[in-house]
Amino acid sequence: MRGGMMLEISVQKMLSNFALDAAFASDSGITALFGRSGSGKTTLVNAIAGLARPDQGAITVNGECLFDGARGIDLPVERRRVGYVFQEGRLFPHLTVRENLRYGYDLARPQDRYVEIGKVIELLGLEALLGRRPGNLSGGEKQRVAIGRALLSSPRLLLMDEPLAALDQSRKREVLRYIARLHEEISVPIVYVSHVVEEVVQLAETVVLMAAGRVVTSGSVSEVMGRADLRAQGIDFEGGTVIDAKVVAHDLEYDLATLEFSGGRLTVPGIEALIGEAVRVRIRARDIALALTRPADISVLNILAGQVIDVKPEQEARAVVHVKVGETVLSSRITRFSAERLALAPGCEVYLLIKAVSLN
Amino acid sequence: MALTPDEWEIIRLSLKVAFWGVLCSIPLAIAVAYLLARHDFPGRSLFDAFVHLPLVLPPVVVGYFLLLLLGRRGPLGAMLDEYFGIVVAFRWTGAAIAAGIMGFPLMVRAIRLSIESIDIGLEAAARTLGAGRWRVFFTVTLPLMLPGLFTGVLLSFARSLGEFGATITFVSNIPDETRTLPLAIFAQTQVPGGDAEALRLSLLAVVLSMAALVCSEWLVRRAQRHARGHDA
Repeated sequence: MRGGMMLEISVQKMLSNFALDAAFASDSGITALFGRSGSGKTTLVNAIAGLARPDQGAITVNGECLFDGARGIDLPVERRRVGYVFQEGRLFPHLTVRENLRYGYDLARPQDRYVEIGKVIELLGLEALLGRRPGNLSGGEKQRVAIGRALLSSPRLLLMDEPLAALDQSRKREVLRYIARLHEEISVPIVYVSHVVEEVVQLAETVVLMAAGRVVTSGSVSEVMGRADLRAQGIDFEGGTVIDAKVVAHDLEYDLATLEFSGGRLTVPGIEALIGEAVRVRIRARDIALALTRPADISVLNILAGQVIDVKPEQEARAVVHVKVGETVLSSRITRFSAERLALAPGCEVYLLIKAVSLN
Repeated sequence: MALTPDEWEIIRLSLKVAFWGVLCSIPLAIAVAYLLARHDFPGRSLFDAFVHLPLVLPPVVVGYFLLLLLGRRGPLGAMLDEYFGIVVAFRWTGAAIAAGIMGFPLMVRAIRLSIESIDIGLEAAARTLGAGRWRVFFTVTLPLMLPGLFTGVLLSFARSLGEFGATITFVSNIPDETRTLPLAIFAQTQVPGGDAEALRLSLLAVVLSMAALVCSEWLVRRAQRHARGHDA
């Protein structure tokens, strides 16, 4: 691998309804481009793939320049080695699953290939589908084949544009797990576009938050998701805390799971992960209530003890309180009125009340 | 009701003329259809109208233009004769050219419709997988437009088999050279006592056309299933 970041991008493009002007760099395994639909995410990944031509800017992958407006470099799509998993799969309808998988594999130079067909078939569970044609596959199966097909072209970078958007809830989970697994087994960098917080929280290491064609902020998933100040900037985004936890117990009768993290234990509803498996949970700031004494006879299942770090009043009625629980800092959004009534100040001992049903 | 050697010769010639006329126009028809379906250029609607001319002009006019252009003394005809020794006037090759041109707009229309129905996202996907433009055309676009291509080939083949006006004007009605089925029927109606033979030949034309229709309908249905991506 040559020097430089995995991905460096700076792109300007006039679109019909807004101007895309975005720049970011990422060195992580999975980078999420996160934002509402129409924020320019798809145009940005299309520019990386070469399917949309920026007016100005530069795009570099692993130190190799794919596009540079100033130097007149614009590598054609087929020579970029950037894989693309589209929202609608876009499998070739006239070819079988096996032929779809082989399409990019056969075109890749042998010395560039880093993954074999058998491995991908096994990873994505495609064995039973090989002889079939895309018209008869379910949505989840189509996306798995599309991911396999892109991967087998041995790309330097894999783009995924809302790959779960067309799937129902249970298929979403299934494909999400396949993506996570694939990333563990084959270390191809992925740029994952989504407007769904849960997907981003589960998969991403770095998050690039976009709004109206601009990068609002970027950083690690817990940093970006923890930004409680974005609402004040007029961005419709509910800040929260992302917690890395481990499954320690399942209660099958009530379909609850117990998770352990550095600040204690959390009870959450139905998680499809095995005991010992690592999961991420996002707790929205507005879902955490605060109390000065430990309440009894209350339906809330998760009560954690912590210490107030600071209290930040926001515009209008709200305030954000950061509370340290063990090694983790959680943010809670309450009214300014409550914050003053409870006389919350740095150092206060408080109890955090988190309804289990608000998680996941 | 066995066919006479003369009748066999007429059928053989008709099929030969239609076959070569259609075969040679396929690549050009695909190129023109692709251009019209996918590209916007100045003069596009004028070009579109020009391609459709044989459909609306009296066939005799097309035949006459061909004679002016490709006849022995015509600018193109003289050149072909001088440099390549090729003469098409009053030859079966000329009949094939006339047949191909008269069927051309039908073929272009059918192919263009099927190109327009192809999701260009599939072509973009193929390029991200490392395929250059030509490879994308031959591995994605062409297979997906096969139903339209088959329809177009059938329509223009049927049109070619029935070609009369342009053919007789351009290459005349020469037995064993340019006398295809419609011209033979016409010739029989012009001689006393030729009615019975004209009827036999007409029935033959019906059989031929039916066979072509059934055959291509089957091909189109197969190709459509294929292009839609269902298991065979």
